[in-house]
Amino acid sequence: MHALDIDYMLGLVPILLSYLPLTLEMAAAGMACALVLACLLAVIRVSRVPGLNAFALLFISFFRGTPLLVQLFLFYYGLPQVLTFLVAINGVTATILGLTLHFSAYMAESIRAAIVGIDRSQTEAALSIGMTRAQLMRRIVLPQATRVATPTLMNYFIDMIKSTSLAFTLGVTELMGATQKEAAGSFLYFEAFLVVAVIYWIVVEALSWVQKWLEQRLNRAYQR
Amino acid sequence: MIELKGIRKQFGNHVVFNDIDLQLERGEIIVIVGPSGTGKSTLLRCINFLETPDAGQLTVGDLNLDATTATRDQILALRRRTAFVFQNYALFANKTALQNIAEGMIVVDGIAKREAYARAREILGRIGLADKADAYPAALSGGQQQRVGIGRAMAANADVILFDEPTSSLDPQWVEEVLGLMKQLAAEHQTMIVVTHEMQFAREVADRVVFMDQGSIIEQAPPSELFSRPKDGRTQQFLRKILAANKS
Ligand SMILES: Nc1ncnc2c1ncn2[C@@H]1O[C@H](COP(=O)(O)OP(=O)(O)OP(=O)(O)O)[C@@H](O)[C@H]1O
Ligand SMILES: [Mg+2]
Repeated sequence: MHALDIDYMLGLVPILLSYLPLTLEMAAAGMACALVLACLLAVIRVSRVPGLNAFALLFISFFRGTPLLVQLFLFYYGLPQVLTFLVAINGVTATILGLTLHFSAYMAESIRAAIVGIDRSQTEAALSIGMTRAQLMRRIVLPQATRVATPTLMNYFIDMIKSTSLAFTLGVTELMGATQKEAAGSFLYFEAFLVVAVIYWIVVEALSWVQKWLEQRLNRAYQR
Repeated sequence: MIELKGIRKQFGNHVVFNDIDLQLERGEIIVIVGPSGTGKSTLLRCINFLETPDAGQLTVGDLNLDATTATRDQILALRRRTAFVFQNYALFANKTALQNIAEGMIVVDGIAKREAYARAREILGRIGLADKADAYPAALSGGQQQRVGIGRAMAANADVILFDEPTSSLDPQWVEEVLGLMKQLAAEHQTMIVVTHEMQFAREVADRVVFMDQGSIIEQAPPSELFSRPKDGRTQQFLRKILAANKS
């Protein structure tokens, strides 16, 4: 047993922090794409568009039923062998793609639940004044459903930030990858991984604050 | 100018009505009464295709369609010519009173926002809620919500407004203000079909009262006639019951 090398840890902080932007960028990009895809899947599920609904079910089942790490390897190492034009897919892109597909499957289900939870009479009211189903979705249902689903979606976002650490297995030097390299150079594994753990922790805590603040605001929405 | 011919609707094996005929002149106000489960709501909902009739012809203004062959565009056109007021108001929870009224004008009629909001404000004035423009439904009383519901129907500029028990969900203290607004519309010769248990309203406002029972129109007549000299035994029985209930 040795004492913690505090100086080493303090020195590591700025080095690791310089990789934080990449981590956050991957999470943000993944979240944005996942949101769009999840809304699409949810709408398909709710409106039971024939053919497409079966596809959505299969999609959701597969991406919820297999580990994210397996999906990432499938995209990064596997796909280019089959789809040769993908040879150039880089680790960052593969990670964003994996996060998008994986999390959209979960998010679709919570958005779907939120949509179904919206009082059916509003749907009828919208139809009764001549709105199309698409207008009804865009103007009435989705704005309310995303509000209802926001707390859950924030949880997925937090989860996604932590999941970006898997990108290091695709050779991406993000927060986790950088830590791995630093630790391998110094052999101070405990110190290095403790520092990175605390960085993730602080980021997640900060987001939890945002989440609480957002929830309070959303609860107040539509009350005026 | 509104005509229903041979309208039929069934849910599974349960035939709600088989062959409904009904006609209205422009500016006419009819009140439909009848026992619970008779198909009054279903009939109203068939008129703007919230339920798809299984057979029959519908004419509203210059639009004429057959239930069995109606296209999506015809249905949308029909819905633009009809407006619906719901028992439970059914306001858009994410829109203010003003937006609830303007929404259809903007999205369905393609009226520019400025113009739509100006018209919506004018309607808010007519329904006595000019000061509630920015209030969300959750912050309005039941009576105010239903007036917004009626305002939304007014904004649709429809050939006919369909009311399905517009006061049945209201606390008693709000009923009069909603009926008052409907009387105001009646005085402006808005064509309407009203399903209600408010017999006093029917007496005062209706040009014609239609009595429905078990999926058929049993008889229809001006209120003075139907209430004082109902011809059919079922009408007599129904009126006895409801008038007794209204008194107590
Ligand atoms: N979506 C539906 N699915 C199955 N049956 C239905 C549906 N809607 C209505 N019904 C049935 O159709 C019949 C007529 O119902 P409807 O609601 O039109 O009656 P109503 O005259 O409006 O009654 P109330 O005075 O209670 O409102 C009832 O037997 C009802 O159970
Ligand atoms: Mg009814």
